[in-house]
Formats: sequence, C-alpha cells, structure tokens
Amino acid sequence: MAIHVDIVSAEGAIWSGKANMVFAPAREGEVGIAPRHAPLLTDLRPGEVRVQPAEGEERELFFYVTGGILEIQPHLVTVLADSALRAEDLDEAAALEARERARKALEGRAGEVDIEQAQRELVEAEARYRAAQKLKGKRAG
Amino acid sequence: MAVGKEIRTKIKSVKSTQKITKAMEMVAASKLRRTQQRMEASRPYAEHIRAVVGHLSQANPDYRHPYLEKREVKRVGYIIITTDRGLCGSLNVNEFRAILADLRKWREQGVEADLCIIGAKGVAFFRRLNTNIVAATTHVGEVPRVADLIGAIAAMTEAYTKGQIDRLFLVHNVFVNTMTQRPEIRTLLPVEPVDADSLQKYWDYIYEPSAEELLDTVLNRYIESQVYRAAVENVACEMAAKMVAMKAATENAGKFIDQLQLAYNKARQAAITQEIAEIVGGASAISQ
Repeated sequence: MAIHVDIVSAEGAIWSGKANMVFAPAREGEVGIAPRHAPLLTDLRPGEVRVQPAEGEERELFFYVTGGILEIQPHLVTVLADSALRAEDLDEAAALEARERARKALEGRAGEVDIEQAQRELVEAEARYRAAQKLKGKRAG
Repeated sequence: MAVGKEIRTKIKSVKSTQKITKAMEMVAASKLRRTQQRMEASRPYAEHIRAVVGHLSQANPDYRHPYLEKREVKRVGYIIITTDRGLCGSLNVNEFRAILADLRKWREQGVEADLCIIGAKGVAFFRRLNTNIVAATTHVGEVPRVADLIGAIAAMTEAYTKGQIDRLFLVHNVFVNTMTQRPEIRTLLPVEPVDADSLQKYWDYIYEPSAEELLDTVLNRYIESQVYRAAVENVACEMAAKMVAMKAATENAGKFIDQLQLAYNKARQAAITQEIAEIVGGASAISQ
C-alpha cells in the first residue's frame, strides 16, 4: 500500500512518485500522511516536506517549501508549493545570510520597513536554515 | 555614371532593413526556446491545481464560495492577454477579432463587458473602441511574474465577488506549435467542475483552519496560476509569431532586392547601349 505524491511549484514539477509516508508543515502543525488518509485541505507554512519513498531508495527525501497548499485524497497527496527546492539544492550559508538580513530588518525598524513582511521573511529564512542544517547533520552521520 | 542612383540608394536601404529583420528573427528564435521551457515548467502546477479545484468542486462543504456559484449573466468580464510589442504578424489581430466577435454576441443579449487588459498592444487597441476598460497592466516583460499580474487579476475577481460581473473569461493565444498559434477564450469564473475522476459520492475535506479561508486561498491561487500560465504561453506565442513574421520579412526583402537589382542592371545596360549607339552614330557622322 503506497500513496501517490506530487510535489509541484510554480516553477515546475519537483518530485512525483509512490511513498509510504509523507510529512508536511501544515498551518496547524506538522502532519504525517499515510496511505488512505481522510481527505484534507490545508495550507503550508515555510518548512520541509519529507517523503519516505515506497520503492528504490529507502532514504528519506527532503524538500524545502516556502508555503503553499496541501491536498490529501485517500490515494493521492498533492503539494502545491509557492516555491520548492530539493534539500540538496539548499544553500546553508545563503539561508543564514537571509535570516540575518530579516532579523536586522526587524530590529532596525527605523527605515519604515514593512514589519509583517520582515517577520514573514524571518520565518522563511529560519525554516530554510533548519532544513539545510538537518540535511547537513544527516550527511555527516 | 549617374545611372540608377535612386535604385542603388533603395537597394542599400532595403539591405539594411533586411539585416534588422534577420537579427530580430534570430533574437526571437533564441528567446522562443527559453520561453517555451518556461511555459513547460509552469504546466505541472497549473494542471495539479486544476485537479485540486476539480476535486473541490465535487466536495460538499456547508460553505459555498461565490467562485463556485453559477449566476445569471448580467455583465461579463474579460482578462485579455496581449503582447507589449508589435512586429509579430497577425497574433494580436486574430485575438482582437475573436474578442470582438464574442463581445458582439454578448451585446446582442444586452450584456455589457468590463475589460482587464494585460499588454500595451491590447490597451492601444481597445482604448480606441467604445469599451469599458477597468484595469490594465503593461510591460510585464518576457518573464512575467505573478506579482506583476496580481493587481489586474484582483480587480476582476473583486468585481466578481461584489457581483459587478457574473462571469469572467480569460483570453490569450494558445501555442500549438511554432507555426500555429490560435486565440482562445476560456471561462475562469465561475469555476467549472472538472470531469470526475473516481471519487466517492458524498464526502468533504477536513479543512484546516476553516473552509472559508482555504477555499478563498485555493481558488484565488487557481485563478492566478491560470492567468500566469496564459501570460507565459502568450509570450511564447509572441516569440514564435515574431520569428515567423521576421523570417517572412527577411525573405521578402531578399526578393525585393533581386527585383531592384534587375531593374538597376537593366537601366545600366540601357545607358551603356545608348552611349555606344551615340558614339557609333557620332563616328559614322564624322567618317561620312
């Protein structure tokens, strides 16, 4: 028993295949999706989507998404990401830099920065950094 | 020899025009490849969100979103995607013709239309006509971004939500292949149910956090993705049409140059013949 997973972003198809289990950062907390899950519709926070493929590689796959929509049907999971990256493409240094920039923008408040925007950027940068670090730990281990 | 000075100047000017059209052809060809890739890349998202919306229209939520409700048509809206620049053959003209035919059909039923136009060519065309333009965006460029389109889209979806328009259409060119592009008018709102794929009869999603909020997000995202995809496709059409038009222009310039060259040669030959005749005539007059 496996569930079909499609991960797409506005820039193209990211991954598609069968999986035993999928984890995604839903609005109300991380969700784990096994086959025959009840239909669910929710939106995604910035974070990582993890996929345990059904066949071939047993290694878990990581994808970084900046937000989007998650649709679940009993036989199907669709991740409509605003922007998605394979974790392999994540650049830890760039993520760290983006986080610093966002934090500075929040602290500095002087230049009439859009605070909501800055906060959103910070959340996104942090999620990106966490995902990059997790991946790094995995490689080292 | 001053023979055919005008012809020579003309040949020179046509040749430089030919150089320009040739260069434009090559530029369009190289851009075409990139825009085609972009078009292909935008396809998966558009198709998947279409599938999700299709599922959604079969679900049975307590809350009915206005985008899913069919209303009696009193006024219609169009989002029209055109190019920013010309020199792309009959691409825009064909599109305008299709739109005008459609508008006439509505007018006969007493239905007026609001237009939202993307692209400078469309704005220039419809401003001259007696039409009601409610929103316009120009110079989206060769790499359209959703952010640039959102304003125009929001104007129309808002009008729909408020009940100012009862139906929303999207008009753009469809890329069939490099030689063929055809205009297409598609209904965006209300969202038409997509043909059912084997889902059971009575069911509904679990919505997190709320159906209202999520339906709004998903349906707006859907509209945006469809318009974005149409914009990307239209750019690919523009490049293909421009390439073909410029290729034809280059060939025509070549033919024109050949004709001019022939005329020039004839004129020159006539002048030489005349000169010889004069010399011969003069010589025979002396020897007599």
